[in-house]
Amino acid sequence: MGESGKKAAATTLIKIEGLYKLFGNNPKKYMPLVHEGKSKDEILAETGHTLGLKDINLTINKGEIFVIMGLSGSGKSTLIRHFNRLIDPTEGVIEVEGTDVMKLGPKELEQFRRHKMSMVFQRFGLLPHKSVVDNVAYGLSIQGVSKAESKAKATEWLATVGLAGYEEQYPAQLSGGQQQRVGLARALCTDAEILLMDEAFSALDPLIRSEMQDQLIELQEKLHKTIIFITHDLDEALRIGDRIAILKDGEMVQQGEPEDILLNPADAYVEAFVRDVNRARALTVETVMKAPASRITADTIEEALKQMKGFKGDYGYHINDEGYQGVLTEETLQAAFEDDKKADLDSLQYEDLDAISQDAVLETVIPETLNAEYSLPVIDEEGQMTGQLSRQTLAEVLGNDDTSEDTAEEQKKS
Amino acid sequence: MADASWLSEIPQLSRGSLRDIRKFLDTEYRDFSREYGEMIEGFFDPLLTFLVWFEKLLLATPWWLVIAIIAGLAYLSSRSWKLSLGVVISFFMIGYFGMWDNTMRTMSIILVCTFMAIALGVPIGIAMARSDRVQSVVTPLLDIMQTMPAFVYLIPVVMLLGIGKIPGVIAVIIYAIPPVIRLTNLGIRLVDKDVLEAATAYGASSMQRLVGVQLPLAMPTIMAGINQTIMMALSMVVIASMIGVKGLGQPVLKSITNQYFTLGLLNGLAIVALAIIFDRVSQAYAKRSQRYLGGMDNG
Repeated sequence: MGESGKKAAATTLIKIEGLYKLFGNNPKKYMPLVHEGKSKDEILAETGHTLGLKDINLTINKGEIFVIMGLSGSGKSTLIRHFNRLIDPTEGVIEVEGTDVMKLGPKELEQFRRHKMSMVFQRFGLLPHKSVVDNVAYGLSIQGVSKAESKAKATEWLATVGLAGYEEQYPAQLSGGQQQRVGLARALCTDAEILLMDEAFSALDPLIRSEMQDQLIELQEKLHKTIIFITHDLDEALRIGDRIAILKDGEMVQQGEPEDILLNPADAYVEAFVRDVNRARALTVETVMKAPASRITADTIEEALKQMKGFKGDYGYHINDEGYQGVLTEETLQAAFEDDKKADLDSLQYEDLDAISQDAVLETVIPETLNAEYSLPVIDEEGQMTGQLSRQTLAEVLGNDDTSEDTAEEQKKS
Repeated sequence: MADASWLSEIPQLSRGSLRDIRKFLDTEYRDFSREYGEMIEGFFDPLLTFLVWFEKLLLATPWWLVIAIIAGLAYLSSRSWKLSLGVVISFFMIGYFGMWDNTMRTMSIILVCTFMAIALGVPIGIAMARSDRVQSVVTPLLDIMQTMPAFVYLIPVVMLLGIGKIPGVIAVIIYAIPPVIRLTNLGIRLVDKDVLEAATAYGASSMQRLVGVQLPLAMPTIMAGINQTIMMALSMVVIASMIGVKGLGQPVLKSITNQYFTLGLLNGLAIVALAIIFDRVSQAYAKRSQRYLGGMDNG
């Protein structure tokens, strides 16, 4: 997922600048207070207005899954409703493909919602009096597409999400997971480029949720939509997000790629979040490996021994033009040196050690790393060695180091 | 002493000024009704023509055809043989006891009143649901309409339009329209906000939301309002008969003044039979229109 996102990261699709939302009867009047930097609680006490969002700046690229994460009350659902103006901001700019959404008149806004964006809701928001297929076709029927055409398309999308045969059922007859599949099919059926997903999977039980996440990722590989995904679950965010933004009390705390957030949390709040994440499942080898050391690039044993003198350990990874070959110990080299110092390295007996892929999820390489006598060599798709992973590194990454935990705890107390 | 009399007795207008006020309002209204009475009557002429035509139609249709049509409608809306059979038996008994013509007259006026109440009440209810201001104006009006004794608003109506069908219809509508207005308003306001938001997010216009989401989802509540409206219209039949509306109410009125117990009871039972039939049929229809809520409820 991360890969496809990075490749498409060239064009900005959505831009949000200086977005503020103050809830209340007369928000404009009290905006100066917000700009003075008063806190949410102070503003509520003084004016009875609730600060929903404060100075949000975002750019979302075409084709990526952008996850907005935060606990309840952090303003994430408010933020997503600004993209299609279900909520109007008090201040700020929302641009989609260069058009200022705030400048659209009512009719233009309707057209914009019909064609540019579609939305999936936490509580599904299906029409209970319409059959499943009519629900999926809803977006098209709003656009005025003929009944036959929209029905045909809806049937297709229902099949794509795995609900073929349920066309004539009513939403109340489906399970929660099935209802949300209908919600997803409805969103995809309009062919809108941007998909807004407001805690779309939060109401589902864990097993169904991870099934739906897989399905979304699978669909995204085919469709390359721009998806804005809201969640309160960091595991979910890390799993599907190309980039993640973390909100707290209406403010943006950190924005970045999943690994950034996991490995360099911006503050104690993010750190507290990150602590409970299953890192072994969230991180790939590439993000934690060390730069490759102990590389033997020589052709002959004599040269190889010379190189090894410079290494810390008593072994090295043999690399040639075709990439990683195997592990050689000093012992083997010494023994061979006594036989024939000019001999080719390839003829030697390698230690039994397979390389691991840099794209592998940490969880999958834990046993190999723990069992190996040496640091495991990491290779890329072409077989070139790009790094190495030691037991120690693995332990450091997976274990919570004590220092950070202490500071987080202190922050919590204060 | 005289100065402190307001302590023991409530301050009152003097008889003279009270009489002047009454006189003033009465003459003003009489002048108004003399001036505009005919114009307003003319305004209601199409309704009167329709009412007369409908009553004649019901009376002219052979009894077995009327029973067959009503039983057929009952079956279509409820899919229940029992209810349809009940309809056939009740109407046959009504005819057997000599109340057929009056029942047809009552039915025609009830159906027209209900139709008018729906045609007026649903749009008013929609307007109330869409604007809090409209709601705050209409709600006290509805309170007045429901609690003001019917005789009180019958007086100006009769002064204006005389005795006959139209004042009867107006009185029945005023009395019976509040439930359909109130429940249309309530039903639309209770529509699930999530569903409405979804419709908005897909770019539904205000009209598309009303017709495609709000009205269908409010329909069970609106149907309950219509049901109540029909019941209230029926309960006005006797009072309407006092201003010359023909039908089952007139024999009842006659039996009150002459103490004809059996005549009163029979006609009263005929009204009850009509009420039960209308109620069961409209409820069965409302229930059947919500079949989609059946099955498992996974919320």
